[in-house]
Amino acid sequence: MTGIVALYIFMLAAFTGYEVISRVPVILHTPLMSGSNFVHGIVLVGAMVALGGAHTPLEKTIGFIGVLLAAGNAVGGYVVTERMLEMFKSSGARSGSARPH
Amino acid sequence: MPAWLSADLAIQASYFVTAALFILGLKRMSSPVSARSGILWAGAGMAVATLVTFLYPGMSNYGLILPAMFVGGVLAAWSGRRVAMTDMPQMIALYNGMGGGAAAAIAAVELYRGETVGYATSTLAVAGGIIGAVSFSGSAIAFGKLQGLITKSVRFRGQQILNLLLLVAALGLGVLVAAQFNSSAALVTAFFLLALLLGLTMTLPIGGADMPVVISLYNALTGLAVAFEGFVLNNAAMIIAGTVVGSAGTLLTQLMAKAMNRSLGNVLFSGFGDTGAAATGAVTGSMKAIEASDAGVMMAFGQKVIIVPGYGMAVAQAQHKIWELTQLLLDRGVQVRFAIHPVAGRMPGHMNVLLAEAGVPYDLISDLDEINAEFETADVALIIGANDVVNPVARTDKSSPIYGMPILNADKAKNVIVIKRGQGAGFSGIENALFYLDNTRMLYGDAQKAAAELIQAVKAV
Repeated sequence: MTGIVALYIFMLAAFTGYEVISRVPVILHTPLMSGSNFVHGIVLVGAMVALGGAHTPLEKTIGFIGVLLAAGNAVGGYVVTERMLEMFKSSGARSGSARPH
Repeated sequence: MPAWLSADLAIQASYFVTAALFILGLKRMSSPVSARSGILWAGAGMAVATLVTFLYPGMSNYGLILPAMFVGGVLAAWSGRRVAMTDMPQMIALYNGMGGGAAAAIAAVELYRGETVGYATSTLAVAGGIIGAVSFSGSAIAFGKLQGLITKSVRFRGQQILNLLLLVAALGLGVLVAAQFNSSAALVTAFFLLALLLGLTMTLPIGGADMPVVISLYNALTGLAVAFEGFVLNNAAMIIAGTVVGSAGTLLTQLMAKAMNRSLGNVLFSGFGDTGAAATGAVTGSMKAIEASDAGVMMAFGQKVIIVPGYGMAVAQAQHKIWELTQLLLDRGVQVRFAIHPVAGRMPGHMNVLLAEAGVPYDLISDLDEINAEFETADVALIIGANDVVNPVARTDKSSPIYGMPILNADKAKNVIVIKRGQGAGFSGIENALFYLDNTRMLYGDAQKAAAELIQAVKAV
């Protein structure tokens, strides 16, 4: 990947992120922040590559910490986001006879 | 394996799929109907990317990678499963800080190794390193504050100057590291220590009330750090996912700051968060109490009731009782809506999660813009655990510290019932003029107990 191509990717991804989020209702802000927190858990693949190429004990130690932290980011982010989102239901799912409005 | 199907092609193709799944997943998370599937899509993308990374050419140290993934993953899954919904904001801060730390760790490994060539790469490694390290230590402080582990906001004269000096020093070392790349390990170490220290000193003076904005900012910063390290490792999935989170997180941070009527600079550099300004403009009149039985009758015979919940309701764990009350009213044919201020709860949207946990359907919940015009036609506005967000001085009193903050116009309802523990001022220490209005009645008591009494009262009608 050349530098200029990387820059294009950077620009397009930045606009994509902005556009995708701009239509999100406030009620989903907390799960969404959690969801985007999960998405940057992709740092796990970078940490794996860094540790996979580490040679000295120092590099290996830092790489190990990196993979451990990244796995925590990815797994923790997924678990809490999923827990929050699975609770959202509409009144159609409400037990009981009365419906609003 | 056919000749065209190399490991590299498989990796690139998988990362492409992952990037698409992330973007589609985030898109689906933008509507309550499809939100649940959104996280599943994004999760599938993460699984694909993680598995295919094991095929990376020249990878070794599997004996370290697998245990690290196992320990980090199990601890996070365990803590994520058992955390209470009220504590969600600090948990997000914690996981986010871990991501920042991981980005910094990648930078550290690359910088210590010193094999990467080119100033552009080394500069990006350094930039991602400082941002990731600040996000790591800063998020740890944010977690500590919201969890109640750190109760004081450390402030002293010249603090901003110290922070500025630290930033300049860290940047200076960063430039040296980036320019002479393969130089000394001591320089790299000093650079990271300074960056970690900067995260601590930047976050310590910020008050608990402002933490959501800070957490959101660190979330965006972590995304950016991940993107930068993605450039270093030539990893398109990291660049795309990191950048998307970086820009989305920046927008989210702005939205939150706007909802709190604060600018980002104000949050980072002033420290209003938990000191609050002294209450100004004495409020005239008196507070009038009401019994739960009378309040229950008032709601049961109303046409439209708007409930305004605040964090106090969640602290008292009263949301289940409130939903029970709501169902009774709905069954009587009363229209019930929930009005959520953007900063109800501890971050925008947090109250919606807490209500969803109690079983409240999302289509009964309205945000500030949708509901404000409806208070005029409401028979009862029931305020439970909310205070500053319904204080009309934000509209009227120019000398008030919360002047200009968007509020819920609960004072426009025909009757206002406020469930409140005692007669004290709110979180910010500002007197609430709503409590003294002619159409306001105070229902004193613990939120959960008061809600239970209201249920009895409505049942008895």
